Amino acid sequence: MKFYVPRDAAAKALGADAVAAEIGRLAQARGLDIEIVRNGSRGMMWLEPLVEVDREEGRVGYGPVMPGDVAAILDGSAQSLGPVEEIPFFAKQNRLTFARVGLIDPLSLAEYEENGGLIGLRRALGMSGEEITREVTESGLRGRGGAGFPAGIKWETVRKAEADRKYIVCNADEGDSGTFADRMLLEGDPFCLIEGMVIAGLAVGAKKGFVYMRSEYPDAIEVLDLSLKVAREAGLIGRSVLGSGQAFDLEMRVGAGAYVCGEETSLLNSLEGKRGVVRAKPPLPALEGLFGKPTVVNNLLTLGSIPIIMAKGAAFYASFGLGHSKGTMPIQIAGNVKYGGLFETAFGMPLGELVHDVAGGTATGRPVKAVQVGGPLGAYFAPEQFDTPFGYEEFDGAGGLIGHAGIVVFDDSADMLGMARFAMEFCAVESCGKCTPCRIGAVRGVETIDRIAAGEAEAVPLLEDLCEVMKDGSLCALGGFTPYPVLSALRLFPEEFGRAKEAAE
Amino acid sequence: MPDDLSMSLPALPPTEEIAALVAAKLNLEGPLLPILHELQETYGYIPENALGIMAEALNITRAEVHGVVSFYHDFRSRPAGRHVIKICRAEACQAMGGAALGAAVLERLGVEWHGTTPDGAITIEPIYCLGLCACGPAAMVDGRLIGRATFETVIEPIGERVK
Ligand SMILES: Cc1cc2nc3c(=O)[nH]c(=O)nc-3n(C[C@H](O)[C@H](O)[C@H](O)COP(=O)(O)O)c2cc1C
Ligand code: FES
Repeated sequence: MKFYVPRDAAAKALGADAVAAEIGRLAQARGLDIEIVRNGSRGMMWLEPLVEVDREEGRVGYGPVMPGDVAAILDGSAQSLGPVEEIPFFAKQNRLTFARVGLIDPLSLAEYEENGGLIGLRRALGMSGEEITREVTESGLRGRGGAGFPAGIKWETVRKAEADRKYIVCNADEGDSGTFADRMLLEGDPFCLIEGMVIAGLAVGAKKGFVYMRSEYPDAIEVLDLSLKVAREAGLIGRSVLGSGQAFDLEMRVGAGAYVCGEETSLLNSLEGKRGVVRAKPPLPALEGLFGKPTVVNNLLTLGSIPIIMAKGAAFYASFGLGHSKGTMPIQIAGNVKYGGLFETAFGMPLGELVHDVAGGTATGRPVKAVQVGGPLGAYFAPEQFDTPFGYEEFDGAGGLIGHAGIVVFDDSADMLGMARFAMEFCAVESCGKCTPCRIGAVRGVETIDRIAAGEAEAVPLLEDLCEVMKDGSLCALGGFTPYPVLSALRLFPEEFGRAKEAAE
Repeated sequence: MPDDLSMSLPALPPTEEIAALVAAKLNLEGPLLPILHELQETYGYIPENALGIMAEALNITRAEVHGVVSFYHDFRSRPAGRHVIKICRAEACQAMGGAALGAAVLERLGVEWHGTTPDGAITIEPIYCLGLCACGPAAMVDGRLIGRATFETVIEPIGERVK
């Protein structure tokens, strides 16, 4: 009998370690011959810890499992969820990037290969950098870190740049509230990221890569560290990638709790050992990035989508999606939801379908009041806008952004003035301090919202002005996009800012 | 980071020991952050006498090193309490009652964010997202993650008496 108990941070936070220990203890007491695999999470967080058992007739799931449930699972008397792939939340997905997450032992390179891993890299090793880059461009893959810039075009700039050294940097800072896809992919399938980064190195002519991890992810840090050792021993990274004679090595670095270090130029400064202040652009990091050298900075999901694109071809990937949003997006459904977790689907699903049909509405059972999409710099959406299809242009057109594709749901008890205040407060705490609109503007924003809360509705135009200044004058999207949640809350719920509904429209 | 002034600083670690930790990382590209993590891991904070050692080893000014240390929320200039509670303040956790959880714990301990109880037992810090946003509110107690955290599950792992 084989047991799968996730080592994913969320599963552990809900008690997976105690469950794994109990399975081991009881099996030993009963003299059963079992194996426990610590897999990634299947992404259905309301079922975690989700245990799967393989009695040689396919895997069946149980969840959420507490240590006290283990005896019945061993007996076979516990109520199972059936095959996990058939649970509607899972069955409705298009798992391309997350195909192996939850399925395999994250640290087994053999299982990685048996399940489609390394096919893309082997193909890339037989191609020129130009050919690899063209494939990525044709796939339509856009940056998953927030800005949605076409990955192939960025790679082409770095590929063409002349330099003695180039770098690939994976942005695994994942600071947005409501997002955890980078974490889950790393904890559940780290070789997928490693393979993607090696391919990026081959494409642009870089021999060194860095993964910049957030310090808030101790489990992901551990898994990446272990997987890098396995990869190096197996010759997947190092002096000669899979014996090809081409070198590529990877190093992990850990941030130190600064949200702004997810911004790419601030991240580069941090990697160099400096204060994580934002750099003015130009020069683009693609031309003058890490230590002044041409650098690809990509989000972890962007790089993690490369192996499947190289394995199945650009046309396959581009056949999913909507308009200019090609492929799939691992959407993270969070906050006050009944069925929260990771839902990878082709672009195009309407927001309301995600919130109501996929996520089942709120956990509290109360009506949905608003959802924030795209992290702390993303706009709030009200149910009236739930027909907006999940895509870059579509969200832009609706006055928002998809960002790193986190959806945070709030029920009708949410205090939207309070949420607007929090957005400003967060910006003030996390501002790198380089530009005035962000550093000072955010502090003034908190004060102005406090005045409005105290009954001074006349301060609303001041808040709107301030937001304009922050939008136009900030160096990066921290100050520049903080107005999104603030102004959207004001526009959707003017009465909470002491205004009649018409007055704000 | 505001410090609790009632707590006295421990004796500074020996210079040679710090210098050895620093020297071990100098072969890295961009070694300062890895060095700072190593120091904090070893001592629980960044000792004052390490600044000059790092500055000299990296050929930058002491002020620059101080600038880096003070920029990042993670680095402490003095040790934390014996236990550290971190509670997520970010949006997804707020949607599940995170703010009330934070307020309740602060009230019970009688401290503000970043504060340490007068007996040096517990430090409480805000954190902005642990990636547990679909099972909030989230907390981390002495490095252990807690999903769907409640007042009890946050306080429970701390063996010491919470007044
Ligand atoms: C304040 C701020 C925080 C950011 N945080 C992240 C982050 O945590 N992860 C990320 O991939 N991109 C983040 N970004 C976006 C990056 O600057 C950059 O666009 C991205 O890493 C590029 O990779 P991509 O093209 O693959 O998306 C952030 C941007 C800003 C302004
Ligand atoms: S918002 Fe609290 S864990 Fe992500």
